[in-house]
Amino acid sequence: MVNVVNLLFQFLDSFAFIVLAAIGLAIIFGMMGVINLAHGEFIMVGAYGTTLAYNAGAPLLLSIPVGVLATTVMGLVLERSVVRRLYDRPLDSMVATFALGLALTQLTRIVFGNSLSSIGIPLGSVQYGQFSYSMYRVLLSSVALAVLAAAYVVFTRTEFGIRARATIQDADTASAMGVETDRMYTVTFGIGSALAGLTGALYAPTMSIVPGMGSSFLVEAFVAVVTGGASVLLGTTLAGGGLGLVNALFSNVYGTFIGQIALLFVAVLILRFLPNGLSGAVEGVRERMERENT
Amino acid sequence: MLTTTDLTVGYGDTPILRDVSLTVDDGEIVGIVGKNGAGKTTLMKALIGLLDPIDGSVTYDGTEITDWAADERARAGVGYIPQSRDVFPDLTVEQNLLVAEGVNADAEDLLYGTVYDYFPILEERASQKAGTMSGGQQQMLAIARALVGNPDLLLLDEPSEGIQPSIVQQITEDIPSINEELGTTILFVEQNLGVIQGMAERCYAIERGTIVDELGADRLADDGALAEFIAV
Repeated sequence: MVNVVNLLFQFLDSFAFIVLAAIGLAIIFGMMGVINLAHGEFIMVGAYGTTLAYNAGAPLLLSIPVGVLATTVMGLVLERSVVRRLYDRPLDSMVATFALGLALTQLTRIVFGNSLSSIGIPLGSVQYGQFSYSMYRVLLSSVALAVLAAAYVVFTRTEFGIRARATIQDADTASAMGVETDRMYTVTFGIGSALAGLTGALYAPTMSIVPGMGSSFLVEAFVAVVTGGASVLLGTTLAGGGLGLVNALFSNVYGTFIGQIALLFVAVLILRFLPNGLSGAVEGVRERMERENT
Repeated sequence: MLTTTDLTVGYGDTPILRDVSLTVDDGEIVGIVGKNGAGKTTLMKALIGLLDPIDGSVTYDGTEITDWAADERARAGVGYIPQSRDVFPDLTVEQNLLVAEGVNADAEDLLYGTVYDYFPILEERASQKAGTMSGGQQQMLAIARALVGNPDLLLLDEPSEGIQPSIVQQITEDIPSINEELGTTILFVEQNLGVIQGMAERCYAIERGTIVDELGADRLADDGALAEFIAV
């Protein structure tokens, strides 16, 4: 029984980490086709903004929006100045964002030094048997679900979201229907940046705040986006659930190193047998059923 | 309503259309006929603003719009139906229509009732993804999408292409009816003789990127005169 509870906590922790690490990247890559190799550095900026605000005396609840805002503003500036020239140029966007990532890391190191004083994990912990769980990390799994639900509502139930999806599917036709496609790209990139910033802000209390911290999110983020497939939100949810379960299961039995290996191994299997990713498989079944019913 | 003067358009510096001058008056249905590769689709893309002209000008409703982007032209009241329909495949029928609500920002009413009257199947399939519909249904959706914002001018690029004959016949009847009921000015390109004769009041003939003739109602009724410009 204790082990099942431990597994559940580990699953929630892995799910939250994968979903929050991936969601900003999924929106920028999945919806806009920009492979943002600076995604980890966007997360780092969110963490730095939050930590700097907290160390300046702001409460954590106020510091988190500061980190999100800092990343959003930076994302919007980079979209207007660099990224918008790279739509439909995936290889060029990789090189440019890789360079941006390096520049952001080194700039952070020059300005703030090798590390910042950490915030410390709030909310204490809960004891169950021989295990102790951070309440804050449990809370993060609820936040991950809330972020997924909010993104779902924005991109499927609002006029902005529907026009943004139309723009991603066919920018020329959307433009000929009166949609300001430039604005759609900017706002969508801003949302992706804000979510990356939120991830950094939320995980700032749990990590060492160093310029290279963004790289610890990159593997899970890219693996989740690629295995998730073309449907951004469904893919991120399925990848977060599936890979989170594998990671939790193997980490629980064999330790975190084997858990990470298992996650990557399952990702390879998914791509081998479901080349359109998890969401591609689900969408394929749904479309077949829709065609049969018409 | 719409005038082009010496319009030269191409891809990069290579012109496809040369010195195209045409006029479409308020409430008219005007056709553009021409063989494959004559430049008909290039002309439509230039008129909606998806291709920048190399030279010449486009005037709409008395305002020069040569430098306007496609979304600005759409909001000014120009509806557009692309050649390959280009519905948004992952959006539902209803969402496809919602995207186009911004066409003609000055229009007081959206025309959901009208488009569902013309194409009732779209109301039945409102929640179906557009990509899973047949070619004919997608064409109806493309027409409905261009109409829902109540445009003043409708540009149609080969509405009969790849569509089964019964739906081609329906479209051939619906477009003049829409023109009469809503007063929408219509400019279309087409190669199907029956569609041209069923819809157009007059036609421009285009060959190798240049307007070479203008056909009035009498010559439009003459299959031989028309076939000269559309035989492949």
